[in-house]
Amino acid sequence: MNEKSKMASRHMVAQALMDLAGEDEAIVVVTSDARGSAAITKFFDTFPERAIEVGIAEQSAVGIAAGLALCGKKPFVLGPACFYSARAFEQVKNDVAYTGANVKIIGVSGGVSYGPLGSTHHALHDVAAFRAIPNIDVILPSDANQAYAVVKHLVNRERPAYVRIGRNPIPFVYDEPFFEIAKGYVLRSGADVTIIACGEVVWHALKACEILSKEGIEATLIDMPSIKPIDEETIIKSARNAGRVVTIEEHSVHGGLGEAVSAILGKNFPVPIEILGIPDEFPVTGKQEEVLSHYDLDAVGIAKRVQKFLRRFSHGR
Amino acid sequence: MEQTKILKKKAVQIRKMVLEMIYRAKSGHTGGSLSCVEILVSLFYGVMRIDPKDPKLPDRDRFVMSKGHSVESYYAVLADLGFFPVSDLESYCQFGSYLTGHPTTKVPGVEVNTGALGHGLAIGVGMAIASKIDSACYKVYVLMGDGELDEGSVWEAAQIAAHYGLDNLIGIVDRNRLQISGDTEQVLRLENLEQKWTAFGWHVIHVDGHDIEQLINTFKGLPVERGKPHLIIAHTIKGKGVSFIENNKDWHHKVPNDEELRMAMMELDEKLKELDADE
Ligand SMILES: Cc1ncc(C[n+]2csc(CCOP(=O)(O)OP(=O)(O)O)c2C)c(N)n1
Ligand SMILES: [Mg+2]
Repeated sequence: MNEKSKMASRHMVAQALMDLAGEDEAIVVVTSDARGSAAITKFFDTFPERAIEVGIAEQSAVGIAAGLALCGKKPFVLGPACFYSARAFEQVKNDVAYTGANVKIIGVSGGVSYGPLGSTHHALHDVAAFRAIPNIDVILPSDANQAYAVVKHLVNRERPAYVRIGRNPIPFVYDEPFFEIAKGYVLRSGADVTIIACGEVVWHALKACEILSKEGIEATLIDMPSIKPIDEETIIKSARNAGRVVTIEEHSVHGGLGEAVSAILGKNFPVPIEILGIPDEFPVTGKQEEVLSHYDLDAVGIAKRVQKFLRRFSHGR
Repeated sequence: MEQTKILKKKAVQIRKMVLEMIYRAKSGHTGGSLSCVEILVSLFYGVMRIDPKDPKLPDRDRFVMSKGHSVESYYAVLADLGFFPVSDLESYCQFGSYLTGHPTTKVPGVEVNTGALGHGLAIGVGMAIASKIDSACYKVYVLMGDGELDEGSVWEAAQIAAHYGLDNLIGIVDRNRLQISGDTEQVLRLENLEQKWTAFGWHVIHVDGHDIEQLINTFKGLPVERGKPHLIIAHTIKGKGVSFIENNKDWHHKVPNDEELRMAMMELDEKLKELDADE
């Protein structure tokens, strides 16, 4: 982990596509007046015949990608997560997932990355929406290195996927790019509580664990980039050890990582679970860090909420 | 005409407010906010039946800001008219503010939450149908970006509006010829825009989108053709009013730094002086 150097995941996603497209001629990118936010201007300049601009038309971008995939291409659709998870949802459900078209959707500026631009621009429902569709993977990388590895992994995984990344530079959680589907990564071990996080709040969770450790609470922290399919084994094993689980996500408390984990533990090993995320309201106006802090999704807030949760469920310890 | 003179100055003042808001918030959509200032000023000060003291006046004309990212000039106009205190603009995009970076109904005078492009025209169709059902006299104005017309939903709504003969519905396109990635004709060709709308059953009128007198006269003369929705193609310059921002795609959502703000304000103050001298 590296606090000082920061990088926005979108730049590494774009770099991965550049690196791979040189060798794999089937790779095509599709975007909707979003080449700047998706950081793929260079791809447009380097591979103009494999860069398709559709204008501000997210639904058609996904439909076109499905058509490309059905004719042997490996399309990556890149654009704001808010629009691809809402406006283009039916195209993702029918044309991509139901048909089984090998389309990868890269939702950029997800969660509350767009901060004060408001709820039209937030994607806090995307995991819930895509989790509810069969036949599409849902992945939230936690840093730029992992984001690079996700793209590399998905290129040869012949099925639909939705990947959500943020907009702003974030610290590195990993020194190297690596990623496997359906695998949780244990970033630190402790017996008092298991924390499972995904996406770009993993960094905050890591810092929260340091705060908790100073308070005498040792947490296991699992980075769970692959929400569907998910690593059931690691979740159950860790819950058995700690007996109490907290999940953290930059997403609505409904339908995301927390409920995915709850469903697995409810069935296999019921323990108290606290789901930290954005509550059931349209978020307060503010920059990303202000909004996260307001909803206890920064290091201090997470540490506070974990302590409160542990106090509630401390019996027998 | 006295009113035109006052409104010309008003437009410059609104531009200054826009730049101050974006500078303070370090967030905003500069180019598109500046290109639609005269359109907003003409409608809100010279055409629409509205009452800032009674934002919910039942028979008020309805305005839908479909290009919601041009929120700064919209808020500035509403504040200047007295829908809410001008001093509140200082909180634009700040933590906890009701003045979010795209329009919401928390703001007095705003009819509907916008920001995702391509929604406004359908909403406007609904309002115009409601007005007809109630035999009310209010009109509905929907302001769209030209890039926004890439969205298929715009054309669905256009077809429906014509089908229902909504001559109380006025679509306005801020034809500044730029979207985020560049020239609209290069990103995704729009022309021939007039023929498209005409083919969809609309009555199309071209105006100079920075000529307040022409805008007001055009709006006041509507409907020209009974039984048809009207589309005003307002030819504008993205970033209008500040020379180094004009026609520059990078200024779609660029925020001015100290020096840029100073230069922009100087240019706008010059313009105000010029207008004063004309009187
Ligand atoms: C559905 C949707 N897709 C993408 C965006 C992101 N976006 C914001 S402004 C913009 C360009 C709009 O261009 P135009 O309509 O010409 O506006 P203007 O030039 O007046 O600023 C885009 C793509 C959005 N707000 N909504
Ligand atoms: Mg435009």
